[in-house]
Amino acid sequence: MLLQISEPGAPSPSQQTVRRLAIGIDLGTTNSLVATVEDSGTTVLADAKGRSLLPSVVRYHKDGEIEVGHGAKLYQSEDPANTFVSVKRYMGRGLSDVAARGEVPYRLVDMPGMVQFETVAGLISPVQVSAEILKALRERAEQALGGEIVGAVITVPAYFDDAQRQATKDAAALAGLEVFRLLNEPTAAAVAYGLDQAAEGTYAVYDLGGGTFDISILKLTRGVFEVLATNGDPALGGDDFDHAVYDWLCERNSYTALSAIDTRRLLSAAREAKELLSKLEEVDFHTEMSDGSIANIAIDRATFTRLTEGLVKRTLSPVRKALRDADLTVEDVKGVVLVGGATRMPIIQAAVAELFGQTPLTDLDPDKVVALGAAMQANLLAGNKTGDDWLLLDVIPLSLGIETLGGLSEKIVPRNATIPVARAQEFTTWKDGQTAMTIHVVQGERELVSECRSLARFELHGIPPMVAGMARVRVTYQVDADGLLSVSAAEQISGVEARVEVKPSYGLSDGEVARMIEDSYAHAKDDLEARRLHEQRAEAVRLLEATEAALAEDANLLDADEQASIFEGLRTLRAATEGTDWLAIKGAADALNELGTEFAARRMDLSIRTALTGQRVDALSI
Amino acid sequence: MNQVMSPVGVDNHFELLQMPVRFRLDLAELDRHYLEMQTRVHPDRSANLSDAERRLHLQWATLTNEAYQTLKQPLARARYLLKIRGVDTQEEDNTAMPTEFLLEQIDWREELQTAAGDRDACALGRLVTRLKVERNTLFETLATLLDDDHKLPAAAALVRQLAFLDKLGRDINDALAALED
Repeated sequence: MLLQISEPGAPSPSQQTVRRLAIGIDLGTTNSLVATVEDSGTTVLADAKGRSLLPSVVRYHKDGEIEVGHGAKLYQSEDPANTFVSVKRYMGRGLSDVAARGEVPYRLVDMPGMVQFETVAGLISPVQVSAEILKALRERAEQALGGEIVGAVITVPAYFDDAQRQATKDAAALAGLEVFRLLNEPTAAAVAYGLDQAAEGTYAVYDLGGGTFDISILKLTRGVFEVLATNGDPALGGDDFDHAVYDWLCERNSYTALSAIDTRRLLSAAREAKELLSKLEEVDFHTEMSDGSIANIAIDRATFTRLTEGLVKRTLSPVRKALRDADLTVEDVKGVVLVGGATRMPIIQAAVAELFGQTPLTDLDPDKVVALGAAMQANLLAGNKTGDDWLLLDVIPLSLGIETLGGLSEKIVPRNATIPVARAQEFTTWKDGQTAMTIHVVQGERELVSECRSLARFELHGIPPMVAGMARVRVTYQVDADGLLSVSAAEQISGVEARVEVKPSYGLSDGEVARMIEDSYAHAKDDLEARRLHEQRAEAVRLLEATEAALAEDANLLDADEQASIFEGLRTLRAATEGTDWLAIKGAADALNELGTEFAARRMDLSIRTALTGQRVDALSI
Repeated sequence: MNQVMSPVGVDNHFELLQMPVRFRLDLAELDRHYLEMQTRVHPDRSANLSDAERRLHLQWATLTNEAYQTLKQPLARARYLLKIRGVDTQEEDNTAMPTEFLLEQIDWREELQTAAGDRDACALGRLVTRLKVERNTLFETLATLLDDDHKLPAAAALVRQLAFLDKLGRDINDALAALED
C-alpha cells in the first residue's frame, strides 16, 4: 500500500475527492438492511437477486457451516433448534428475562450475563448470531460498492439498555466492523424523514418493529435533530401479534404441547395471516402439520383486533409517558412518523391517529427509513462532505443509578438526559475502618435495586481506615455518544490512589470477544494474522489522514520542533503500514497518537475560543 | 472537568455558553449558543479524527450539555449562581422552613395522596397546573432577590423551598406515570 503525502497547509487529497465507504445497518428483529450514500443519493443495497431485506435468520450446521438470510429462513420449520429467528430479543438478556416470553424452539442455556443456545455446532451466543447477520450485510455492501468499508452506523432500539447496546457493539467487533456510532432507530428515521421532507417542528416517531417498540419525541430545527424524550418497550413487537394469533389457533384446534417443528409452522402461518389481514377483511387457508394433519387458518379482522387490542394499548402508554417527559401534549406534535413493518397494520395506524388526532405520516417506506437514516449519518461521520450538515442530539432512555443502603437505587443520571453526559456523586463509608466499597451499577426507573437491571458490580479497595462517614468516594458515570456507560470511583480525602474504571459488559469481556474472534479462525492461523494486520492498517490510515488534515488546518499552532516530531511520527507510521508486522503498526500508531495529544488540545482550545469570540460579537450586535 | 476548561480560561457555565451571569436569561439566546457550541464540540464531529481529538470532543460536549442543563432549568440555575457567588444552599442539612410553607406542603402531599389513591388523572393534572403557577411566583421573587436586590441568603432559603416543590412535581409526575402501568 503506497500512501500519498500532502504538503502541510494544502488540503489533504483524501478529503477532497475520495468518498470513504460508510454504511448504515438496520439490525432488525425480523429483517436487516444495509444502506449507503452514493453520488446518486441514499440507497438500500440489494443482494445478487435484487432483494433488499435480509431475513435476520441464522442456521448452524453440524459441519460448522453457517447459513444466513433467505436460505436459513427456509429451514426455520424443519430445523428450528439450530435456526435462529428474532435473536435480537436475546441480546444482553439473561435466561430469566426471556423465559417469560413462553415457548421457543431453542435449547436455552443459562450463562452469566447473557443466555446462550445449545446447537449442533456447540454453544452459541446471541452476539455470535448477530455477528453472522452483520457479516453477511458487510459482505453484501463490499460486493455492491467494490471496496473496503471504513465504518458503519448500526441502529439499536432507543429503549435498549446498556447491556443490549454493548452486546450489539460486541457483535460488530466480532463481524470485523468499525462502529462509527450506535444510533437509535427512531432518531435514524427522523434524520431520513427530516432531510427528505425538510421538516421543522416537533415530531413523534412511532417505531414498532418485529420485537421492539420505541417512541421518540424530537424537535427538528434547521440542521438540528434534538431528541426531547424517548420511551418504549424492548420486548414488544410484531412478533407478539403473531403469538397472539398462534395462541388463538392452538386453542381453536386444541393443540397442546406442539413439537418445535409444528410450533414454528403454526407461528409462520399466524404471521402470514397477520400480514394478509392488513389488506384483507378475512383470511382462510390451510397449513400442514408434521403428522400430516391439516390446520385451518381462518380468522377475520374483528377477531384479530380483539386478540391484539391489549398489545396496541401497551404501545400507547409509553407514548403518553414520553410526551409528559418532554413536557408536551399531543397538540404540540406537528407530525407522527411511522416506522417498522408492524406499523402497516391498520389497527396500529388507527390507534396512533386517534391518540394524536391526526393521520400519521407514511411518506417513506417503514421498512427502509431506519437504514436510510443510518447511512446518511454514517456518511456524515465518515467525513464525506455533502453540503448538507446536521447536528444530532440524542438522549439516554433509562436512568442510571447506584445501589445504596437498603437495596435502594440512587439515580445518578436521569432518563432523557442529553448524551454525552457525565454525573458524579459522593458516597461515604458505613463502618469504622472500612477499606473497601462495593459499587453496584443499575439501570431503570424503579426505586428498588432488585427491580432495576444490574449492569455491573465492582469493588473499590484501598480506602484508608477512617471513622465511618469520613471517607469521600466520588463515583462518576460517563455516558458516551453511543449511550454506553463507563464508571470510575476514587477516594477524595486521602489522596491515596484508590481508583477503578469499569465498562460494564455482559458475559462478554473484551478478552472473550477476542477469544471468539480467534476461535472463528481456529483452523486458519494465517487468517487471524491477516485480519489483525488488516485492522491495524485501516486504523493507521485513519490516523494518518486525521493527522494530515489537522496539520493542513492548524500547523501554525505548532512550533518548528513540534511539527518536525509529528512529521517524523507520520513517516514512521507510514513506513510501518507498508510492512506486514501488525504489532509494529500498532506501536507506531500509539506513538503518533501520543505525539498528537498536545496538538489536539490546542486545536480544541482554538475551536472553543473561536466559538466564544463569535458569540461575543453576536451578543454585542443585539 | 475543571482541568478541561482552564486552558481557554472558561471559568463557569455562563461563560461557556456566553450568557450574562444572572438569573434572568434569554432562553432563546441560550438555546442558540448551546447549539453553536455543540456544532463544534459534539463527538459526531470527531468520528474520523485521532483518539486524542475524540477524547477532547467527548469531554467538551459533556461539559456543554452540563452547562446547558444547569442554565436551562431555573432551580438548577439559581443554585449554580449562588454557588459561584460562594453561597452554599445547604439543601441537605438546613431544614428550617417557614411554618406557613410547611403547612402548605402537608396540604399538597395530602391532595397528591388522595388523587393518586383514587387514580384520578384529572385531579393530578390540576395539581400540576397549580404547582406550576406556585413555582412561577416563587421564581419571580427569586429573580428579584438574585438580580435586583442581591439578597443571597434569602435567595438560598427560597431555593430550599423550591427544591421541595421540585420534588413534589416529580412525585406528581410519577403518580401520573403509574396510572399508565
